Amino acid sequence: MKSDEWPLYEVFIRSKSGLSHRHAGSVHAPDDQMALDHARDTYTRRSEGVSLWVVRSDQIIASDPAENSAFFEPAEDKIYRHPTFYDIPDGVENL
Amino acid sequence: MYTQGLDQAGKDRRIAAETEELLSAFQRRVDAEEKIEAKDWMPEAYRKTLIRQISQHAHSEIIGMQPEGNWLTRAPSLKRKAILLAKVQDEAGHGLYLYSAAETLGVSRDQMVADLLSGKAKYSSIFNYPTLTWADIGAIGWLVDGAAIMNQIPLCRCSYGPYARAMVRVCKEESFHQRQGFDIMNALCRGTAAQKAMAQDALNRWWWPSLMMFGPNDSESKHSAQSMAWKIKRFSNDELRQKFVDVTVQQADFLGLSVPDPDLRFDEDTGHYKFGEINWQELFDVIAGNGPCNKQRLEKRQKAHSDGAWVREAAQAYASKQSARVAA
Repeated sequence: MKSDEWPLYEVFIRSKSGLSHRHAGSVHAPDDQMALDHARDTYTRRSEGVSLWVVRSDQIIASDPAENSAFFEPAEDKIYRHPTFYDIPDGVENL
Repeated sequence: MYTQGLDQAGKDRRIAAETEELLSAFQRRVDAEEKIEAKDWMPEAYRKTLIRQISQHAHSEIIGMQPEGNWLTRAPSLKRKAILLAKVQDEAGHGLYLYSAAETLGVSRDQMVADLLSGKAKYSSIFNYPTLTWADIGAIGWLVDGAAIMNQIPLCRCSYGPYARAMVRVCKEESFHQRQGFDIMNALCRGTAAQKAMAQDALNRWWWPSLMMFGPNDSESKHSAQSMAWKIKRFSNDELRQKFVDVTVQQADFLGLSVPDPDLRFDEDTGHYKFGEINWQELFDVIAGNGPCNKQRLEKRQKAHSDGAWVREAAQAYASKQSARVAA
Protein backbone atom coordinates (compact mmCIF):
# COMPACT_ATOMS: atom_id res chain seq x y z
CA MET A 1 0.00 0.00 0.00
CA LYS A 2 0.94 3.63 -0.38
CA SER A 3 2.63 4.95 2.71
CA ASP A 4 0.72 8.26 2.67
CA GLU A 5 -2.04 6.94 4.93
CA TRP A 6 -2.83 9.50 7.61
CA PRO A 7 -1.30 8.55 10.95
CA LEU A 8 -3.40 6.75 13.52
CA TYR A 9 -4.34 8.44 16.80
CA GLU A 10 -5.75 6.71 19.87
CA VAL A 11 -8.73 8.50 21.40
CA PHE A 12 -9.35 8.86 25.14
CA ILE A 13 -12.51 10.40 26.60
CA ARG A 14 -13.25 11.81 30.04
CA SER A 15 -16.97 11.23 30.34
CA LYS A 16 -17.41 13.69 33.20
CA SER A 17 -15.30 15.70 35.61
CA GLY A 18 -13.93 13.53 38.38
CA LEU A 19 -13.39 10.46 36.17
CA SER A 20 -10.25 9.42 34.31
CA HIS A 21 -9.93 9.48 30.56
CA ARG A 22 -10.74 6.14 29.05
CA HIS A 23 -9.72 4.62 25.73
CA ALA A 24 -12.55 4.81 23.16
CA GLY A 25 -11.00 3.82 19.83
CA SER A 26 -8.87 5.41 17.16
CA VAL A 27 -9.02 7.80 14.22
CA HIS A 28 -6.79 8.70 11.30
CA ALA A 29 -5.93 12.34 10.80
CA PRO A 30 -3.28 14.41 9.01
CA ASP A 31 -2.50 16.50 12.10
CA ASP A 32 -3.22 16.83 15.82
CA GLN A 33 -6.04 19.37 15.50
CA MET A 34 -7.89 17.32 12.90
CA ALA A 35 -7.39 14.23 15.05
CA LEU A 36 -9.26 16.04 17.83
CA ASP A 37 -11.99 17.15 15.42
CA HIS A 38 -12.41 13.64 14.02
CA ALA A 39 -12.40 12.14 17.50
CA ARG A 40 -15.16 14.55 18.54
CA ASP A 41 -17.28 13.72 15.49
CA THR A 42 -16.69 9.99 15.74
CA TYR A 43 -16.84 9.34 19.48
CA THR A 44 -18.88 12.09 21.15
CA ARG A 45 -22.00 12.55 19.02
CA ARG A 46 -24.15 12.05 22.12
CA SER A 47 -22.25 14.19 24.62
CA GLU A 48 -20.16 11.25 25.79
CA GLY A 49 -17.34 13.47 26.97
CA VAL A 50 -16.20 16.71 28.59
CA SER A 51 -12.57 16.25 27.60
CA LEU A 52 -10.75 14.46 24.80
CA TRP A 53 -7.17 13.27 24.47
CA VAL A 54 -5.67 12.07 21.23
CA VAL A 55 -2.20 10.61 20.99
CA ARG A 56 -0.30 9.26 18.00
CA SER A 57 -0.51 5.45 18.24
CA ASP A 58 3.14 5.07 17.33
CA GLN A 59 4.02 7.16 20.40
CA ILE A 60 2.52 4.65 22.84
CA ILE A 61 4.95 2.33 24.56
CA ALA A 62 3.17 -0.89 25.43
CA SER A 63 4.18 -3.95 27.41
CA ASP A 64 4.36 -7.18 25.46
CA PRO A 65 1.71 -9.76 26.43
CA ALA A 66 4.08 -12.56 25.44
CA GLU A 67 6.32 -11.37 28.29
CA ASN A 68 3.47 -11.01 30.76
CA SER A 69 4.64 -13.64 33.22
CA ALA A 70 8.18 -12.30 33.52
CA PHE A 71 6.93 -8.72 33.57
CA PHE A 72 4.16 -9.01 36.14
CA GLU A 73 5.16 -12.06 38.18
CA PRO A 74 7.27 -10.21 40.75
CA ALA A 75 4.06 -8.80 42.24
CA GLU A 76 2.37 -12.17 42.59
CA ASP A 77 4.27 -13.62 45.55
CA LYS A 78 3.99 -10.49 47.68
CA ILE A 79 0.65 -11.25 49.15
CA TYR A 80 1.62 -9.38 52.33
CA ARG A 81 0.94 -6.22 50.37
CA HIS A 82 -2.79 -6.91 50.75
CA PRO A 83 -4.59 -6.15 54.03
CA THR A 84 -6.31 -9.55 53.91
CA PHE A 85 -2.90 -11.19 54.54
CA TYR A 86 -3.03 -10.25 58.21
CA ASP A 87 -5.00 -12.03 60.91
CA ILE A 88 -6.65 -9.58 63.22
CA PRO A 89 -7.25 -10.94 66.72
CA ASP A 90 -10.85 -11.05 67.94
CA GLY A 91 -11.82 -8.01 69.90
CA VAL A 92 -9.68 -5.58 67.91
CA GLU A 93 -11.84 -3.09 66.07
CA ASN A 94 -11.47 -0.20 63.65
CA LEU A 95 -8.30 -1.63 62.12
CA MET B 1 -5.89 0.16 19.78
CA TYR B 2 -2.21 -0.03 19.19
CA THR B 3 -2.23 -0.88 15.55
CA GLN B 4 1.08 0.36 14.35
CA GLY B 5 2.97 -1.32 17.15
CA LEU B 6 1.02 -4.46 16.37
CA ASP B 7 2.21 -4.50 12.75
CA GLN B 8 5.74 -5.23 13.85
CA ALA B 9 4.82 -7.70 16.56
CA GLY B 10 2.40 -9.44 14.21
CA LYS B 11 5.08 -10.09 11.63
CA ASP B 12 7.45 -11.58 14.17
CA ARG B 13 4.79 -13.78 15.61
CA ARG B 14 3.60 -15.07 12.29
CA ILE B 15 6.98 -16.72 11.87
CA ALA B 16 6.47 -18.68 15.08
CA ALA B 17 4.83 -22.02 14.34
CA GLU B 18 1.32 -22.62 15.60
CA THR B 19 2.24 -25.46 17.88
CA GLU B 20 -0.36 -27.70 19.47
CA GLU B 21 0.61 -26.18 22.78
CA LEU B 22 -0.04 -22.59 21.68
CA LEU B 23 -3.32 -23.51 20.00
CA SER B 24 -4.69 -25.34 23.00
CA ALA B 25 -3.55 -22.59 25.39
CA PHE B 26 -5.43 -20.11 23.18
CA GLN B 27 -8.57 -22.25 23.16
CA ARG B 28 -8.39 -22.57 26.95
CA ARG B 29 -8.35 -18.78 27.28
CA VAL B 30 -11.37 -18.49 24.99
CA ASP B 31 -13.21 -21.26 26.85
CA ALA B 32 -12.54 -19.48 30.13
CA GLU B 33 -14.24 -16.38 28.64
CA GLU B 34 -11.01 -14.39 28.72
CA LYS B 35 -10.94 -11.62 26.13
CA ILE B 36 -8.26 -11.76 23.48
CA GLU B 37 -6.54 -8.42 22.97
CA ALA B 38 -4.76 -6.99 19.95
CA LYS B 39 -1.21 -7.93 20.84
CA ASP B 40 -2.00 -11.35 22.31
CA TRP B 41 -0.96 -14.49 20.49
CA MET B 42 -3.76 -15.80 18.29
CA PRO B 43 -4.02 -18.42 15.55
CA GLU B 44 -3.64 -16.97 12.08
CA ALA B 45 -7.06 -18.34 11.10
CA TYR B 46 -8.70 -16.52 14.04
CA ARG B 47 -7.06 -13.30 12.95
CA LYS B 48 -8.14 -13.79 9.33
CA THR B 49 -11.71 -14.67 10.29
CA LEU B 50 -11.99 -11.54 12.39
CA ILE B 51 -10.44 -9.29 9.75
CA ARG B 52 -12.92 -10.65 7.21
CA GLN B 53 -15.92 -10.32 9.53
CA ILE B 54 -15.11 -6.91 11.04
CA SER B 55 -14.15 -5.31 7.72
CA GLN B 56 -17.30 -6.68 6.04
CA HIS B 57 -19.27 -5.29 8.94
CA ALA B 58 -17.58 -1.88 8.53
CA HIS B 59 -18.19 -1.88 4.77
CA SER B 60 -21.87 -2.65 5.40
CA GLU B 61 -22.18 0.42 7.61
CA ILE B 62 -20.52 2.60 4.97
CA ILE B 63 -22.56 1.27 2.03
CA GLY B 64 -25.63 1.27 4.30
CA MET B 65 -25.61 5.07 4.24
CA GLN B 66 -26.70 5.06 0.61
CA PRO B 67 -30.23 3.62 0.66
CA GLU B 68 -31.18 6.07 3.42
CA GLY B 69 -29.15 8.95 2.08
CA ASN B 70 -31.41 8.66 -0.95
CA TRP B 71 -34.25 10.15 1.14
CA LEU B 72 -32.40 12.89 3.01
CA THR B 73 -33.51 15.63 0.64
CA ARG B 74 -37.05 14.29 0.43
CA ALA B 75 -37.89 13.54 4.07
CA PRO B 76 -41.48 14.66 4.75
CA SER B 77 -40.65 17.19 7.49
CA LEU B 78 -37.71 19.05 8.96
CA LYS B 79 -37.91 16.88 12.08
CA ARG B 80 -37.75 13.65 10.05
CA LYS B 81 -34.90 15.08 8.01
CA ALA B 82 -32.86 16.01 11.09
CA ILE B 83 -33.44 12.54 12.58
CA LEU B 84 -32.50 10.77 9.35
CA LEU B 85 -29.38 12.89 9.00
CA ALA B 86 -28.32 11.92 12.53
CA LYS B 87 -28.99 8.29 11.75
CA VAL B 88 -26.96 8.29 8.55
CA GLN B 89 -24.15 10.03 10.42
CA ASP B 90 -24.26 7.25 13.01
CA GLU B 91 -23.81 4.66 10.24
CA ALA B 92 -20.63 6.45 9.17
CA GLY B 93 -19.52 6.44 12.80
CA HIS B 94 -20.21 2.71 13.12
CA GLY B 95 -18.11 2.09 10.03
CA LEU B 96 -15.26 4.04 11.62
CA TYR B 97 -15.45 2.24 14.99
CA LEU B 98 -15.30 -1.05 13.13
CA TYR B 99 -12.46 -0.11 10.79
CA SER B 100 -10.45 0.92 13.82
CA ALA B 101 -11.23 -2.41 15.52
CA ALA B 102 -10.13 -4.30 12.38
CA GLU B 103 -6.90 -2.29 12.20
CA THR B 104 -5.84 -3.68 15.58
CA LEU B 105 -5.47 -7.03 13.78
CA GLY B 106 -2.78 -5.64 11.51
CA VAL B 107 -4.71 -4.72 8.35
CA SER B 108 -4.44 -1.10 7.18
CA ARG B 109 -7.37 1.26 6.68
CA ASP B 110 -6.22 1.98 3.14
CA GLN B 111 -6.17 -1.73 2.32
CA MET B 112 -9.73 -2.22 3.55
CA VAL B 113 -10.99 0.81 1.67
CA ALA B 114 -9.20 -0.38 -1.48
CA ASP B 115 -10.84 -3.81 -1.16
CA LEU B 116 -14.28 -2.23 -0.86
CA LEU B 117 -13.74 0.09 -3.83
CA SER B 118 -12.38 -2.67 -6.07
CA GLY B 119 -15.38 -4.88 -5.32
CA LYS B 120 -13.16 -7.54 -3.73
CA ALA B 121 -14.69 -7.12 -0.27
CA LYS B 122 -18.27 -8.07 0.55
CA TYR B 123 -20.90 -6.16 2.50
CA SER B 124 -24.35 -7.06 3.75
CA SER B 125 -26.70 -8.18 0.99
CA ILE B 126 -29.55 -6.04 2.34
CA PHE B 127 -28.05 -2.77 1.09
CA ASN B 128 -28.37 -3.87 -2.52
CA TYR B 129 -32.13 -3.30 -2.46
CA PRO B 130 -33.59 0.07 -3.51
CA THR B 131 -35.50 2.51 -1.28
CA LEU B 132 -38.50 3.36 -3.45
CA THR B 133 -40.74 5.24 -1.00
CA TRP B 134 -40.49 7.09 2.31
CA ALA B 135 -41.97 4.02 4.01
CA ASP B 136 -38.81 2.13 3.04
CA ILE B 137 -36.92 4.37 5.47
CA GLY B 138 -39.33 3.22 8.18
CA ALA B 139 -38.97 -0.41 7.15
CA ILE B 140 -35.17 -0.22 7.13
CA GLY B 141 -35.01 1.19 10.65
CA TRP B 142 -37.59 -1.21 12.00
CA LEU B 143 -36.61 -4.42 10.17
CA VAL B 144 -33.03 -4.05 8.95
CA ASP B 145 -31.74 -2.35 12.08
CA GLY B 146 -33.91 -4.68 14.14
CA ALA B 147 -32.25 -7.69 12.50
CA ALA B 148 -28.86 -6.03 12.92
CA ILE B 149 -29.48 -5.61 16.66
CA MET B 150 -30.30 -9.33 17.01
CA ASN B 151 -26.97 -10.09 15.37
CA GLN B 152 -24.95 -7.44 17.13
CA ILE B 153 -26.00 -7.79 20.76
CA PRO B 154 -24.28 -11.18 21.10
CA LEU B 155 -21.21 -9.66 19.41
CA CYS B 156 -20.79 -7.38 22.45
CA ARG B 157 -19.58 -10.58 24.18
CA CYS B 158 -17.33 -11.67 21.31
CA SER B 159 -13.99 -13.12 22.41
CA TYR B 160 -11.99 -10.40 20.64
CA GLY B 161 -11.87 -7.37 22.95
CA PRO B 162 -11.61 -4.49 20.44
CA TYR B 163 -14.52 -5.87 18.36
CA ALA B 164 -16.66 -6.46 21.46
CA ARG B 165 -16.04 -2.93 22.72
CA ALA B 166 -16.86 -1.40 19.33
CA MET B 167 -20.10 -3.38 19.31
CA VAL B 168 -21.13 -2.07 22.73
CA ARG B 169 -20.91 1.43 21.31
CA VAL B 170 -22.76 0.45 18.11
CA CYS B 171 -25.58 -1.30 19.98
CA LYS B 172 -26.25 1.72 22.18
CA GLU B 173 -26.88 3.79 19.07
CA GLU B 174 -28.68 1.11 17.08
CA SER B 175 -31.66 1.15 19.39
CA PHE B 176 -32.43 4.74 18.36
CA HIS B 177 -32.31 3.61 14.73
CA GLN B 178 -34.83 0.86 15.21
CA ARG B 179 -37.22 3.07 17.17
CA GLN B 180 -37.12 5.92 14.66
CA GLY B 181 -37.96 3.35 11.96
CA PHE B 182 -40.87 1.95 13.92
CA ASP B 183 -42.04 5.51 14.59
CA ILE B 184 -42.14 6.22 10.85
CA MET B 185 -44.11 3.00 10.23
CA ASN B 186 -46.48 3.77 13.08
CA ALA B 187 -47.18 7.29 11.77
CA LEU B 188 -47.91 5.89 8.30
CA CYS B 189 -50.13 3.13 9.66
CA ARG B 190 -52.16 5.68 11.66
CA GLY B 191 -52.44 7.92 8.58
CA THR B 192 -54.50 7.77 5.38
CA ALA B 193 -55.31 4.55 3.52
CA ALA B 194 -52.65 5.46 0.95
CA GLN B 195 -50.04 5.95 3.67
CA LYS B 196 -50.88 2.63 5.26
CA ALA B 197 -50.71 0.92 1.87
CA MET B 198 -47.26 2.45 1.44
CA ALA B 199 -46.16 0.95 4.77
CA GLN B 200 -47.55 -2.45 3.78
CA ASP B 201 -45.76 -2.30 0.44
CA ALA B 202 -42.48 -1.53 2.21
CA LEU B 203 -42.96 -4.46 4.60
CA ASN B 204 -43.74 -6.72 1.63
CA ARG B 205 -40.48 -5.83 -0.05
CA TRP B 206 -38.17 -5.75 3.03
CA TRP B 207 -39.44 -8.74 5.01
CA TRP B 208 -37.69 -11.55 3.17
CA PRO B 209 -34.39 -9.72 2.53
CA SER B 210 -34.34 -8.95 6.29
CA LEU B 211 -34.64 -12.66 7.13
CA MET B 212 -31.79 -13.35 4.70
CA MET B 213 -29.55 -10.98 6.66
CA PHE B 214 -28.99 -13.74 9.22
CA GLY B 215 -27.20 -15.79 6.57
CA PRO B 216 -27.71 -19.35 5.31
CA ASN B 217 -29.31 -22.09 7.38
CA ASP B 218 -27.02 -23.56 10.02
CA SER B 219 -26.57 -26.73 7.98
CA GLU B 220 -25.21 -24.64 5.07
CA SER B 221 -23.14 -22.09 6.97
CA LYS B 222 -19.49 -22.82 6.33
CA HIS B 223 -17.85 -20.60 8.96
CA SER B 224 -20.31 -21.10 11.81
CA ALA B 225 -18.91 -24.03 13.78
CA GLN B 226 -15.38 -22.62 14.05
CA SER B 227 -16.67 -19.13 14.93
CA MET B 228 -18.80 -20.61 17.68
CA ALA B 229 -15.82 -22.53 19.08
CA TRP B 230 -13.81 -19.31 19.09
CA LYS B 231 -16.73 -17.48 20.71
CA ILE B 232 -16.81 -14.91 17.94
CA LYS B 233 -20.36 -16.08 17.34
CA ARG B 234 -22.66 -16.92 20.25
CA PHE B 235 -25.86 -18.01 18.54
CA SER B 236 -26.43 -19.75 15.23
CA ASN B 237 -27.97 -18.04 12.18
CA ASP B 238 -31.23 -19.95 12.57
CA GLU B 239 -31.54 -19.21 16.29
CA LEU B 240 -31.14 -15.47 15.69
CA ARG B 241 -33.52 -15.51 12.72
CA GLN B 242 -36.17 -17.25 14.84
CA LYS B 243 -35.76 -14.70 17.61
CA PHE B 244 -36.19 -11.88 15.10
CA VAL B 245 -39.35 -13.38 13.61
CA ASP B 246 -40.86 -13.96 17.06
CA VAL B 247 -40.53 -10.35 18.17
CA THR B 248 -41.19 -8.69 14.82
CA VAL B 249 -44.43 -10.49 13.93
CA GLN B 250 -45.99 -9.10 17.11
CA GLN B 251 -44.86 -5.59 16.20
CA ALA B 252 -46.39 -5.98 12.71
CA ASP B 253 -49.64 -7.02 14.39
CA PHE B 254 -49.57 -3.86 16.46
CA LEU B 255 -49.10 -1.79 13.31
CA GLY B 256 -51.98 -3.63 11.65
CA LEU B 257 -49.73 -4.83 8.84
CA SER B 258 -49.60 -8.36 7.48
CA VAL B 259 -46.34 -10.22 7.13
CA PRO B 260 -45.98 -11.39 3.52
CA ASP B 261 -45.66 -15.10 4.32
CA PRO B 262 -48.67 -17.42 3.77
CA ASP B 263 -46.96 -20.15 5.82
CA LEU B 264 -46.46 -17.99 8.90
CA ARG B 265 -48.25 -19.33 11.98
CA PHE B 266 -47.76 -19.47 15.73
CA ASP B 267 -46.75 -22.91 16.98
CA GLU B 268 -48.32 -23.48 20.40
CA ASP B 269 -46.01 -26.39 21.18
CA THR B 270 -42.72 -24.56 20.71
CA GLY B 271 -43.95 -21.04 21.51
CA HIS B 272 -42.33 -19.81 18.28
CA TYR B 273 -43.61 -18.64 14.91
CA LYS B 274 -43.12 -21.05 12.04
CA PHE B 275 -42.28 -19.32 8.80
CA GLY B 276 -42.03 -20.27 5.13
CA GLU B 277 -39.01 -21.30 3.11
CA ILE B 278 -36.56 -18.50 2.27
CA ASN B 279 -35.62 -18.04 -1.37
CA TRP B 280 -31.92 -18.78 -0.93
CA GLN B 281 -31.20 -18.41 -4.62
CA GLU B 282 -32.10 -14.73 -4.28
CA LEU B 283 -29.58 -14.29 -1.45
CA PHE B 284 -26.82 -16.06 -3.37
CA ASP B 285 -27.56 -13.94 -6.46
CA VAL B 286 -27.35 -10.71 -4.47
CA ILE B 287 -24.10 -11.80 -2.80
CA ALA B 288 -22.69 -12.76 -6.20
CA GLY B 289 -23.25 -9.16 -7.33
CA ASN B 290 -26.56 -9.49 -9.15
CA GLY B 291 -28.91 -7.73 -6.74
CA PRO B 292 -31.00 -4.76 -7.87
CA CYS B 293 -28.46 -2.11 -6.77
CA ASN B 294 -25.01 -3.75 -6.42
CA LYS B 295 -23.54 -1.86 -9.34
CA GLN B 296 -25.05 1.48 -8.33
CA ARG B 297 -23.87 1.16 -4.70
CA LEU B 298 -20.28 0.42 -5.65
CA GLU B 299 -20.11 3.13 -8.29
CA LYS B 300 -21.49 5.71 -5.90
CA ARG B 301 -18.93 4.72 -3.26
CA GLN B 302 -16.09 4.94 -5.79
CA LYS B 303 -17.30 8.36 -6.94
CA ALA B 304 -17.62 9.64 -3.36
CA HIS B 305 -14.08 8.48 -2.66
CA SER B 306 -12.56 10.11 -5.74
CA ASP B 307 -14.67 13.27 -5.32
CA GLY B 308 -13.28 13.57 -1.79
CA ALA B 309 -9.66 13.21 -2.87
CA TRP B 310 -9.07 16.98 -3.01
CA VAL B 311 -10.28 17.36 0.59
CA ARG B 312 -7.84 14.73 1.81
CA GLU B 313 -5.04 16.32 -0.22
CA ALA B 314 -5.85 19.80 1.09
CA ALA B 315 -5.87 18.56 4.70
CA GLN B 316 -2.52 16.86 4.13
CA ALA B 317 -1.06 19.98 2.48
CA TYR B 318 -2.24 22.14 5.38
CA ALA B 319 -0.74 19.72 7.91
CA SER B 320 2.59 19.65 6.08
CA LYS B 321 2.69 23.45 5.86
CA GLN B 322 1.91 23.83 9.56
CA SER B 323 4.61 21.39 10.64
CA ALA B 324 7.14 23.05 8.28
CA ARG B 325 6.29 26.39 9.90
CA VAL B 326 6.80 24.98 13.39
CA ALA B 327 10.13 23.50 12.36
CA ALA B 328 11.32 26.82 10.86
